[in-house]
Amino acid sequence: MAAPSAANPSLFDCRQAFADTLIALAKEDERIVAVCNDSVGSSNLGEFQKLFPDRLINVGIAEQNMVGVGAGLANGGFIPFVCGAGPFLTGRALEQIKVDVAYNGYPVVLCGMSPGMAYGELGPTHHSIEDLSWLRAIDGLAVVVPADPAQTRAAVRWAVAAETPAYLRVGRTKVPSVSPDETNAFAFGKADRLRDGKDLTIVATGVMVSRALAAGAALADQGLQARVINISSVKPLDDAAIIAAARETGAIVTVEEAMIEGGLGAAVAEVVVRNAPVPMRMLGVKGFAPTGSAEFLFDHFGLNSEGIVAAARELKGR
Amino acid sequence: MTVPTTDAELNTKLAPPISATLDSTARVDLLRKEATRIRRSVIEMIGRARMGHIGGDLSTTDILATLFFAVLRIDPSNPTTPERDRFILSKGHCAAALYSTLALRGFLPVEALSTFMQPLSALNGHPNRRKVPGVEANTGPLGHGLPIAVGSAVASKLKSSQWRTFVVLGDGELQEGSNWEAAMCAGHRRLDNLVAIVDRNRLQQGARTEDTNQLEPLASRWTSFGWETVEIDGHDLAALYDAFTSPRNGKPKCVIAKTVKGKGISFIEDRVEWHHKVPTVEQIELALKELA
Repeated sequence: MAAPSAANPSLFDCRQAFADTLIALAKEDERIVAVCNDSVGSSNLGEFQKLFPDRLINVGIAEQNMVGVGAGLANGGFIPFVCGAGPFLTGRALEQIKVDVAYNGYPVVLCGMSPGMAYGELGPTHHSIEDLSWLRAIDGLAVVVPADPAQTRAAVRWAVAAETPAYLRVGRTKVPSVSPDETNAFAFGKADRLRDGKDLTIVATGVMVSRALAAGAALADQGLQARVINISSVKPLDDAAIIAAARETGAIVTVEEAMIEGGLGAAVAEVVVRNAPVPMRMLGVKGFAPTGSAEFLFDHFGLNSEGIVAAARELKGR
Repeated sequence: MTVPTTDAELNTKLAPPISATLDSTARVDLLRKEATRIRRSVIEMIGRARMGHIGGDLSTTDILATLFFAVLRIDPSNPTTPERDRFILSKGHCAAALYSTLALRGFLPVEALSTFMQPLSALNGHPNRRKVPGVEANTGPLGHGLPIAVGSAVASKLKSSQWRTFVVLGDGELQEGSNWEAAMCAGHRRLDNLVAIVDRNRLQQGARTEDTNQLEPLASRWTSFGWETVEIDGHDLAALYDAFTSPRNGKPKCVIAKTVKGKGISFIEDRVEWHHKVPTVEQIELALKELA
């Protein structure tokens, strides 16, 4: 089980679900190895290292080499989980992700640990808010953002079975469980409709999904019935679910813990304008963040239930 | 494709065409013939495509010939057989030399070389493993080959396998920091199944390496990163063979192959402008004559 938070026993750090699942799979499958950049602790790989000391390859603080080593291990028949803090894995090694992993087509699972603004007070250098925009543009690379521990477990199992280049956001910011079906929580390329409504659709990913659900409940109290969709497969996107949302509800609000330019909102908009143009609002991170905790910054950027409600009401003109 | 069922069959399938039992003189004679065939092919390909990186192709040719015809345990009829040696051309812009070598070694039809850089050809200006058998890694941006080679060498160790990994690096390429991340990692892990060959032709695209961003003292730099380092004449086929086949000694090996950019063509040798200049029709004829 994922570790509940001490402060709130119903909130979970997805890194524990990630590590538990990786270990369980590695016991059965010798092809699974982990590669990290001096991040055994922050990637929650301590137990993996104890159980499989040879299969934990810590290359030190060297992200470009880390991703290349992952590609080389895949060339040698392994399924490497390459783990590092999201900003450094994706920003420092972007060309290696493009060329060594995606263009080569090697089944490397890139695990962006503590993504988004999880390292709130450490500042924009440590925020991974550009990753969705950067990686969505890379051909052949799956971009997966689990919203809770159940989705994290299912996404890790999917990545091993799929043997395809993939980026997985592994959240540190504590989240509640949002998956209705614990055992079947993630389907690659599929959206999850978590709440139905006819007046508008809220499309959310990752940490924002529980906030979107809270906004859906608040909007219902105010007479607006919102559909809420969880997008854990940012790429490929479930186009059909987006088109249905546009046609059936006529308005869409997107919300993500990432830059608006090029992220989930942009992905949704690309589908909407081509298939069923409807008014949209996009909520996300607006520029380099000021100092503050992740929760403080969510409030600062309006990435909370109140912000989503306000955007929805403004969009609907009521 | 036939799958070998015994160790002896596997050994036969993977053995290089120039036998290890030959004496050095006979081996060098055979290698020189292969190298000349590769050089002629490179000239013809670049002449036809009107594009390419002729200088580096020719400096790296003797290294490729020695590896593919006398050293690498590979099987053209089964290019991804798990126990094969791995070869990575980190200086991917020298694709014409690699394609020529792969074709002459039986990985692709020699006739395919005439499609080099033509529309929709598998033979892109930089190699693509998903289109060209025998290519282990898509390269082109510099500083990518050595990290991948380190991963491959770690994989071989993890599997307690015998395969070795060879990677050819340009010398100018060593200005990319990722090489030194990988060099440090390989030294730390004592990857004695890894051989990095530096094509030390002393020129990069725009100028001499030493006038751009000094690489010397290059050998001691590698040694200080935990590598066994040898400096040899990169066109001495016997020396190349010996460097690639000497016993492992608990460290990764760096072979600094001192080469001449454009080697073999008098008017191209050691001239910066021939990094990717294309010879005229007359110059192609002259070049092929020099290689006759």
